[in-house]
Amino acid sequence: MADTRPRWQPVLLGVVGLALVVALPSLVSPFRLNLLGRYLSLAIVALGIDLIWGYTGLLSLGQGIFFALGGYGAAMYLQLNCHSCSRAAGGLPEFFGLYGVQQLPWFWEPFHSPWFTLVAIWLVPAVVAGLLGFLVFRNRIKGVYFSILTQAALLVFFNFFNGQQKLINGTNGLKTDLTRLLGQMVGSDAMQRNLFWLTALLALLAWLLCRQLVRGRFGHALLAIRDDEARLRCLGYNPTPFKTMVFALAGGLAGISGALYTVQSGIVSPQFMAAPFSIEMVIWVAVGGRGTLWGAMAGALVINMAKSLVSEAWPQTWLFIQGGLFLLVVTTLQGGVVGWWQEGGPRQLLARLGRRPRLSTYPALELGTRQEGEN
Amino acid sequence: MPAPGPPLLELAGVNVSFDGFLALKNLNLQLAAGELRAVIGPNGAGKTTFLDVITGKVRPQAGDVRFCGRSLLGRNEHQIARLGVGRKFQSPRVFERLSVQENLALAVSAPKTPMGLLRRHLTGAQRQRIHHLLEVINLAPRAHDRAGSLSHGQKQWLEIGMLVVQAPQLLLVDEPVAGLSDAETERTADLLKSLAGNHTVLVIEHDMEFIRRLQTRVTVLHQGQVLCEGSMEQVQTDPRVVEVYLGAGQEQQS
Repeated sequence: MADTRPRWQPVLLGVVGLALVVALPSLVSPFRLNLLGRYLSLAIVALGIDLIWGYTGLLSLGQGIFFALGGYGAAMYLQLNCHSCSRAAGGLPEFFGLYGVQQLPWFWEPFHSPWFTLVAIWLVPAVVAGLLGFLVFRNRIKGVYFSILTQAALLVFFNFFNGQQKLINGTNGLKTDLTRLLGQMVGSDAMQRNLFWLTALLALLAWLLCRQLVRGRFGHALLAIRDDEARLRCLGYNPTPFKTMVFALAGGLAGISGALYTVQSGIVSPQFMAAPFSIEMVIWVAVGGRGTLWGAMAGALVINMAKSLVSEAWPQTWLFIQGGLFLLVVTTLQGGVVGWWQEGGPRQLLARLGRRPRLSTYPALELGTRQEGEN
Repeated sequence: MPAPGPPLLELAGVNVSFDGFLALKNLNLQLAAGELRAVIGPNGAGKTTFLDVITGKVRPQAGDVRFCGRSLLGRNEHQIARLGVGRKFQSPRVFERLSVQENLALAVSAPKTPMGLLRRHLTGAQRQRIHHLLEVINLAPRAHDRAGSLSHGQKQWLEIGMLVVQAPQLLLVDEPVAGLSDAETERTADLLKSLAGNHTVLVIEHDMEFIRRLQTRVTVLHQGQVLCEGSMEQVQTDPRVVEVYLGAGQEQQS
């Protein structure tokens, strides 16, 4: 039935979207553009959460781990290539001087290479997620126990990173604003504009990848795991590799998201692994719509934009609004806004307001004639 | 019919207890290749537990389960399924968010691994099987509808279709005709009979008319043990069976 929609619709949407993304830097101030870029990068982590939670039914409260790992990867590369800040400390990033560190820690070494960094940004979080996931899923841990485990892992990473001044500047995090990338200051307007475009491109690619995955039988298997895992086992499927793969993929997406967020916000710190942030990520997806992909992205984008606008006007109110949104989704809009839309929510709302729309014929009635003869 | 070759499925001395309650007591049962076997028994006789043991969901405390000469103990559900044991659950369990065709496609896919599914296309033979099964289970007009929108009976058939399309050697069918109309029940019986020979089929059912229609060997379970075995006529006249099962069942339609 979906095929009857006119072909030009997605094309038009794509053209408008592309024009908007290209034109946006000249339409809004660099400050707003930077915020938009950050939120767009958060849409990528939301995509991963939608895959693991919306499609596969595993609620991860620890995506901050992978998000931060990606961010640290990018920041370490930039710090190493920051000639002005490292000259003082004998080739080492400046902060090492504060703690009397003379030798670059071993795991920093490969981050001299831009190619290694580009791979590590997504591969390291994906491998960490894959290992964690494999151990958890192999032991058939799911449901709320999985959520608690991911939250606990988040706290472990948070505390560990906070305590490692001599390795990664602990609580203070790593700054990227004053570093250089391809000869330009990362914090400069021109660089931030390029990063905005890069984020938009990667968000699009991430969405295409996820859509491709969930459309075919692989995606159907994920839904089957979510809805009735025991049944799927009896069909001959082992859910563990599916879950591990999706969790690793969500981790990799979180890493890319974290790296993009870091270079646009100018710093990565263990605060990326604070528990409330990972829970917020889940709220974006829940409000936008689980299992819809673009609902998750829109949720991340819109909620964060609303957050910054509301906080500018009424600084104290945002948390109440966010809490209210979450309650609304939990109690009435279980499919999120996009889910509500797809299930015919607007029509029902109109009907409830007294504008009863015409009922269309129940489609199955017309097709069911063959079965009638047998009863 | 005595089995000519070695049994395809053999349960020997199987004991299962749940917190001290013996669901299966020293259960012994053999199934020959190509056989169609009906298992009946009153509620609580251990019929579903018996299937759980074969499919690996429940691990017996004692005894052995052998399939094609290999022990199934210690294997996971999916490994047992891949060896060629398919199961239809008591209340129909289909994936309601997926369409009828997508349900069948998941069942027919091979290999059932992430990479196997990502290689996008089903083979022509697999498509053919799905197409054929859609006709057999009478759901071709509903192929693209969500399975959740089907009636109870249609879900039963969809699940039978998912079972058959997997092409397992052994089909374990738990209450296939519960909630079906008489005509559908007849068709289901004919379908299962036509499968026997090429497949080995074990049916659990309460509907005596249906069992009679299968015209096959019947095993009666009672309190976790095999009470007796034989044709429907033999079983029906066995005084022990009459006492525990049929006597209480008040058959009307025979």
